[in-house]
Amino acid sequence: MNRSLRPLLATTLIFLFAYMLAVSQQPAMLSTRVLGNFLTDNAFLGIAAVGMTFVILSGGIDLSVGAVIGFTTVLVAVLIMWLQLHPLVAFAIALIVATAFGAVMGAAIHYLKVPSFIVTLAGMFLARGGASVLSPDSIGINHPFFSAVQKSYILLPGGGRLTVVGMIMLAVFAVAILLAHRTRFGSNVYALGGSETSAALMGVPVARTTISIYALSSFLAGLAGVVFSLYTSAGYSLNALGVELDAIAAVVIGGTLLTGGYGFVAGTFIGVMLQGLVQTYIVFDGTLSSWWTKIVVGVLLFMFILLQRLVFRAAPRRT
Amino acid sequence: MTRPTVDLRPTQPPLPRPRPLAHFFTRPQVIALAAVLLVNWLLFPGFFTVTWQDGRFFGSLIDVLNRGAPVAILAIGMTMVIATKGVDLSVGAVMAISGATAATLVTNGIPAPVAVLAALGTGLLCGFWNGILVTVLEIQPIIATLVLMVAGRGLAQLITEGYIVTFSDPLLIFIGTGSFLGLPMPVIIAAVLMILATLIVRRTALGLLIEAVGVNRSAARFAGLSANALLLIVYTFAGFCAAISGLIVAGDIRGADANNAGLWLELDAILAVVIGGTSLMGGRFSIPMAVLGAMIIQAMNTGILISGFSPEFNLVVKSAVIIVILVLQSPLSSRLFRRLPGAQK
Repeated sequence: MNRSLRPLLATTLIFLFAYMLAVSQQPAMLSTRVLGNFLTDNAFLGIAAVGMTFVILSGGIDLSVGAVIGFTTVLVAVLIMWLQLHPLVAFAIALIVATAFGAVMGAAIHYLKVPSFIVTLAGMFLARGGASVLSPDSIGINHPFFSAVQKSYILLPGGGRLTVVGMIMLAVFAVAILLAHRTRFGSNVYALGGSETSAALMGVPVARTTISIYALSSFLAGLAGVVFSLYTSAGYSLNALGVELDAIAAVVIGGTLLTGGYGFVAGTFIGVMLQGLVQTYIVFDGTLSSWWTKIVVGVLLFMFILLQRLVFRAAPRRT
Repeated sequence: MTRPTVDLRPTQPPLPRPRPLAHFFTRPQVIALAAVLLVNWLLFPGFFTVTWQDGRFFGSLIDVLNRGAPVAILAIGMTMVIATKGVDLSVGAVMAISGATAATLVTNGIPAPVAVLAALGTGLLCGFWNGILVTVLEIQPIIATLVLMVAGRGLAQLITEGYIVTFSDPLLIFIGTGSFLGLPMPVIIAAVLMILATLIVRRTALGLLIEAVGVNRSAARFAGLSANALLLIVYTFAGFCAAISGLIVAGDIRGADANNAGLWLELDAILAVVIGGTSLMGGRFSIPMAVLGAMIIQAMNTGILISGFSPEFNLVVKSAVIIVILVLQSPLSSRLFRRLPGAQK
């Protein structure tokens, strides 16, 4: 079989194995209720991780996603509660602001020739600071539209609930898979990650692609913020602290190569689910403390980085 | 990997060689620090007042030095890492691990000197782990250190069993809040470490070798340097610096907080190094300038606090500073400056 599919296959097998192991310990975990909650609880992480996948595929990194999520929740809350706008209008404004923010970061990375992590670090400071300047306190969102969305779900066989939030995440993954593997933009992202110089020589519009990648990442972080505000009904500047690290971990566990140019959006989905599994198992068990989540995610991250090294050391060098 | 050696960093103007003291004051970092301090003085006229009380100095200026010391110590280690074209994201988590180790040992009746040595040992071990990932497994530094950044806080919580471990051991508290020759202990530690590190890298060939690895690792290896051994030393040293910072922070609050000790300080340390003029692309570095960068950051923090803005405002100011530095360092602006007659000598 295609050797490039191996990391994705490994991730899938490890997820299935881990899930079976969890079920053998906690039989109650084998139900559509748990699966439905997986999707709902990790929706914002999944959406942000999709953006991160594109950034990492292009050979960059985006440290600002957690801050953009926090900023978006505050902006949405301020627009709805203080300015009395309809939530849908507020969402649109927030998404436009987030996208513009990402585009500016992408432009800075391309035109100033600075490493992406330092630009997005500045973006992270700016977004967190901006959010706390808007409102240092948590703002509760109270609107009929919010309650209506939170109450609507599709009943799965077995009593599980597929919430609107979960559906948004699934839709984002579906669109992103098409975008990555079936469009010119997707090919350009992969080309850029392989080698920026070669990509430029092949005629890939490097400037436009770089700006679009970071705009997309921030747009999705903004969408994740919208989902987060739907999920918690509040806007707070310290929301989603450290989510950028979870998103990077999900992308790596999903088999995307950190040097760029290689990986799958679908892998990221499994990476997110694997993190959700670890969290859910720890909650189910009850005796394990929450800090085990961090350690297990760290160990998984290390294992998958090691796996990548082994797979790619065996492959002939093409650089 | 292999790049032509004649065409390294062609767009960057060469950094100046060490110059006499008079030139020191025209460096942008020194001017920036002076400007920040001046603004602080305008906001708060008593800013430069330093009083002698109970056998030690007191005043806002001393406070800036004292509060800036942990980041300055991190920046010393970070400078060397960044000079090798790497970065260490795990220093904040290592701080938490070191503080947790010392606090837990002391509360379990282990003598304080042993606890301090154990904390420094865990720091060395964490740094060594990062070094192994970067050299033996050849993982890029951002990702290699990300592993410990994610897992490290979990480990620290494992050590403290999820509690904030408080202690009343005089030695640990002395490291965080004591004074020597009238100056706070953190300032003394940072100054000694800065001078020692600078002497070691500048009076031996070590600094040169680190720069060689940072500019081109392959070329350095072909020139006969054992790049891997150097990288191991550098990452281990960064872990050691983080452990010292962790001890100071724990001693300051008389407790080890696995969740919040050193949170986001890795970013402050990177910022301090960048303000100090060390390029993120590796190569030339300056430890004293990085420490000065840490002081600029702390002077801004203090200024924002005494002027009555909320501390969160800090983040906006910091990001503005990063943006200005990035624009100034970028090839775009150096091209612009070159067009101006007399701007480039």
